[in-house]
Amino acid sequence: MAFVSGLTCRECGRDNPAEPLNVCDFCFGPLEVVYDYDAISEVISHDRIAQGPLSIWRYQDLLPAEGTDPVDIMAGFTPLIKARNLGKKLGLNNLYIKNDSVNPSFSFKDRVVSVAATKAVEFGFETIACASTGNLACSVAAHAARAGIQAVVFIPWDLERGKVIGAAVYGPTMVSVEGSYDEVNRLCSEVADNYPWAFVNINMRPYYAEGSKTLGYEVAEQLGWRVPDHVVIPSASGAMFTKIWKGFNELACLGLLDGVAGTSFGQDQNTVHHPAVTTKMHMAQAVGCSPIVTAWANGNPHVSPVRPNTIAKSLAIGNPADGIYAIRILRESNGSAYAVPEADVVEGIKLLAETEGIFTETAGGVTVSALKNLADSGAIKPDELTVVYITGNGLKTQEAVEDVVNPLHIKPSMGAFEDVIGTRISGLVVGG
Amino acid sequence: MGTQRVKFTFMTELVKEPIIYRLGQEFNLVTNIRRADVREDMGWVVLELDGDDTEIQRGLDWVASTGVRVDPVSGDVIEG
Repeated sequence: MAFVSGLTCRECGRDNPAEPLNVCDFCFGPLEVVYDYDAISEVISHDRIAQGPLSIWRYQDLLPAEGTDPVDIMAGFTPLIKARNLGKKLGLNNLYIKNDSVNPSFSFKDRVVSVAATKAVEFGFETIACASTGNLACSVAAHAARAGIQAVVFIPWDLERGKVIGAAVYGPTMVSVEGSYDEVNRLCSEVADNYPWAFVNINMRPYYAEGSKTLGYEVAEQLGWRVPDHVVIPSASGAMFTKIWKGFNELACLGLLDGVAGTSFGQDQNTVHHPAVTTKMHMAQAVGCSPIVTAWANGNPHVSPVRPNTIAKSLAIGNPADGIYAIRILRESNGSAYAVPEADVVEGIKLLAETEGIFTETAGGVTVSALKNLADSGAIKPDELTVVYITGNGLKTQEAVEDVVNPLHIKPSMGAFEDVIGTRISGLVVGG
Repeated sequence: MGTQRVKFTFMTELVKEPIIYRLGQEFNLVTNIRRADVREDMGWVVLELDGDDTEIQRGLDWVASTGVRVDPVSGDVIEG
């Protein structure tokens, strides 16, 4: 059963029913799920979580789903890997990678879409939809296939072929829109207002966003029910950043962190901060679309919208819905925000691949480059427990690293091979 | 007749312009401000527009042509 008691407006605090809504009817502010944490605390435990599936749904008590049959393609419970080689390179002895690029549709979006699709089915929708430049479209189409409902995905007409195929293979209705980023945005917003569909990040958004909390829960569980000293997170809308923080604090308030006494959630559940959660939250954006970092750097409480111009297309949200809330968490956690130069994005991808054998997309390149900056600047001390979130798979943005393809081209003879192999492998002893 | 919820973001040079007044007058729209924050260097307004569908679109195109940024109230809906 779910422990949801409604939706609340993050701006005016008014209560709204737990229905398919995206903004408060009074002030048009964003809505958040409200939980009955007293009831949750009566049932939740480490044992209960451990008995759950190896997916995000092991944390169902803390997710807004009513039934016992979620739309689950086994998103989540992805590996947390000790990054010895990358850590050595960066001077960090206690570095971990949360590798969310191995989700079923190859990005963290499976977490949020699994929750949104589950709610869509509960509400009786027969179609789920989204507007996407890649990962979200793939995940929505995959979950619709699993749920046996229709999917409609809107994509920009010039989207890379690999991403188009990655979504199309699941059989959605795909609408390719020829227009600017702003025009696609406006069209999809109007469609959402006029069609009886569950748009995962519009009328399902309060529920959808909750799926990202599991990135916090899993890391804490995989570390033995403790939270890291630092986390480095890529940001687009800022929602995932705020939800990882919320996840850590929920665990602390419910007494689920090792050695931490639980406490009340207080008046406003969405701003709760347990003093035991001392994690510094570090945000990574690419220079070509860094409205939250810019606002943070300028000490501005508002986030001025920008027109995205970055190779990190999965982070290209020029008008981030959760930007101001992410800034509050940067302040509250004593964190930082860094805009990675575009040229460093590819370097970050290569650094992760060459040290840890993980091929990430451009968003991961942004995150790894931001991590490098934090390590180089001394913001992260060598022995501090650090987790870097890798949220998407490199196979989706292969064109960003095409220059790595440089094979030794030879005729099929041993002589031809031995003529060239020494040019690549130093100190090679032939036949040794 | 239709309704649309939008967010306008004004940069410094447009903060003093009566954009919303003119939108109501020139396109015969009822403008209903729900939330706003206007400062010296920038401002934003979240509002609802009521009127003829065509006039709402014409009005929003005009607002955008003045340099004011026009967005859905819930931020960008297109995601990665």
